[in-house]
Amino acid sequence: MEALKIFFSDYTIQIVSMGSALLGIVSGVIGSFAVLRKQSLLGDVISHAALPGIALAFLLVQIKDTNILLIGALIAGLLATGAVRVIDKYSRIKFDSALGLVLSVFFGGGLVLLTYIQKIPNANQAGLDKFIFGQASTLLKKDVYTVLIVGAIIIFMVLLFWKELKIVSFDPEFSDSLGISSKKVSFIISGLIVASIIIGLQTVGVILMSAMLVAPGVAARQWTDKLSIMVLLASVFGAISGLVGTIISSSIQSMPTGPSIVIVVSVIVLISISFAPNRGLVWRQIREMDSAKQINEDKVLKSLYELAINHKDPYHSHPISVIKPIKTKGGKKTKQLESILLALKKDGYVEVEGGNNWFITRDGLDYINNHPILKEE
Amino acid sequence: MSPQLEIQLIAVIVAVACSIPGVFLVLRKMAMMTDAITHTILLGIVVVFFIVEDLNSPFLIIGATLVGVLTVYLVEILNKTDLVAEDSAIGIVFPLLFSIAIIIISKYAGSVHLDTDSVLLGELAFAPFDRLIINGLDIGAKSIYSMGIILIINALFVGFFFKELKIATFDSGLAAALGFAPTLIHYGLMTSVSITAVGAFQAVGSILVIAFMVGPPITAYLLTDDLKNMLFISSGVGALNAILGYQFAALVDVSIAGSMALATGLTFTLVFVFAPERGIVTVLRRRKLQTVDFAAKSLLFHILNHEGDENEWLENGVDTIYNHLNWKRDFLDDIVAKLKREKIIVEKENILKLTEEGRKYTISSYEDIVSSFKI
Repeated sequence: MEALKIFFSDYTIQIVSMGSALLGIVSGVIGSFAVLRKQSLLGDVISHAALPGIALAFLLVQIKDTNILLIGALIAGLLATGAVRVIDKYSRIKFDSALGLVLSVFFGGGLVLLTYIQKIPNANQAGLDKFIFGQASTLLKKDVYTVLIVGAIIIFMVLLFWKELKIVSFDPEFSDSLGISSKKVSFIISGLIVASIIIGLQTVGVILMSAMLVAPGVAARQWTDKLSIMVLLASVFGAISGLVGTIISSSIQSMPTGPSIVIVVSVIVLISISFAPNRGLVWRQIREMDSAKQINEDKVLKSLYELAINHKDPYHSHPISVIKPIKTKGGKKTKQLESILLALKKDGYVEVEGGNNWFITRDGLDYINNHPILKEE
Repeated sequence: MSPQLEIQLIAVIVAVACSIPGVFLVLRKMAMMTDAITHTILLGIVVVFFIVEDLNSPFLIIGATLVGVLTVYLVEILNKTDLVAEDSAIGIVFPLLFSIAIIIISKYAGSVHLDTDSVLLGELAFAPFDRLIINGLDIGAKSIYSMGIILIINALFVGFFFKELKIATFDSGLAAALGFAPTLIHYGLMTSVSITAVGAFQAVGSILVIAFMVGPPITAYLLTDDLKNMLFISSGVGALNAILGYQFAALVDVSIAGSMALATGLTFTLVFVFAPERGIVTVLRRRKLQTVDFAAKSLLFHILNHEGDENEWLENGVDTIYNHLNWKRDFLDDIVAKLKREKIIVEKENILKLTEEGRKYTISSYEDIVSSFKI
């Protein structure tokens, strides 16, 4: 409650949380495509590669204007993406090695330029390195506008090229055969990824931006198999983590914003992979237990069935000690056997008489006879 | 020893120590794991620091190494659920651990000198100031010894388990069948990567660790097909990058670590462009030659096929043949000119004809192709 009171009374927090939430939406949307195309780590590379672009832009114009620096970062990011692509295409070097090389070389180049800039007598240069490491708490209203405008353009582009993005993400060969150039569409996707990362640099910083790109998409993927729903969910998750992360960081003393957003989004990922219906780990566990139970019941019933057909009277009852399934999954303890028999009785497949003597019913015989795997002879 | 020389020595030791496990990382498609590990070891350092409250404690190295291995383990757990691809798993695990580290630092370490920037960027220029003094005797910079030990550990690890590493890297199924425990080798390698990253990042910063672990191995990968040679070449390239980078940094007075990363990019680019077998120049020339060769043969087969047809004047006519092959006119003219120069075809009454020699060549290349289809 205290946090909410702060939220509604503090203008700075409203600005910062608005910026972070907007950023979460944008990176969730475009990050979904990065995740699906197995380019999750491209974001990490681009965010590091932005540094030399920012430094060069500053060197050229000598003023610390956010928009000019962002354009420099954008160009450097695109160049880095291009370099990764060329290395990947024209040599046997794997995609991930290309990512590692480009990341470190570009960032190293940025460091060289930064140290060079620090030698120039220009009062403007102070804080240039802070630019890339991100400080959400210093977000201004005009920065939020930048996020809003660039984000709106990115989302508009995604909607405009929706069909193309979808087909290239899932089946680039098929899209080529339809005359939709997967190369051009890949370029558009890379451009959008670069743009969304660049606007995020200031808010959450270079390292945490890659989490903002990957995590919402991964979380959303667990809940659905439909691209439109996935993208929508990812943007919601992104917005929630931006908003909640900022509020948490503002209500706890000396809690940095970027890391706090990353923690929130990681919790969302954890919840999603645990509890999402169908794909989630809990559901998988339940399904496995269900099928183990089914297999156990089938085995016991089969054992009774075999006793029945080897006996003159098929409905002759057998003491429980005889009904030993060959291999009951999870052990052969009598107690477990009893509970399995009771479950079968509930289904009407077996009956009990004289305390602990069991026999198979007509329904049970039919069940085995109609079973695709168990029936034989 | 002068500080300049010491810095270069440290850098060369770090470069070689990094490129040894780096070779296996690159071959196992785990290059980006270095990115993750170099960031998450911060968490280990922070946590141990708050327990022992001493920045020089050897437990820092142990804690950081453990967190490095933990990172790999967490990524694998996530990946094994089949719900998250490996690259996404890396992209989730490492920012999370890194964020936890930053939160701990900013909450509790306001007064302590544990700067995240210095962890990531490193400052090689300061390395010589940290001396190892035994019995009052100054025997050199501490980093020389710490990295030297790590280099020896890595070299021994790879030396002793070379066969196991090799098989586990190229055919982990075979390694398991032979009883080599690929998981154990995998985690051995990851521990080695983690220790190296921990030892190196204090001296050179994590970004340079990535450059040293990935750059020289992939440069060597373009030059050789032999694992042993790859290890030696990549160590040599790493050392060269370190020295080149230092000289440049000293010349223009800029970041040493950054210059070394740049030098890594430079040597890689040179090899990428000019390598004898796999350089881009050779690759493009080979692709061009193959295109021309394929086109020439297709043209010759077409001519041979329609030789003596009643439509020969149309199918093989100088001005009409490009329609039948569906090629661009310019491209066809180039191929025709080349074949004429080689005296394989001649032009007679506006029709392209094979020479005696040309016919032999065409038939023999046709037979070559057909026989290559037979199993």
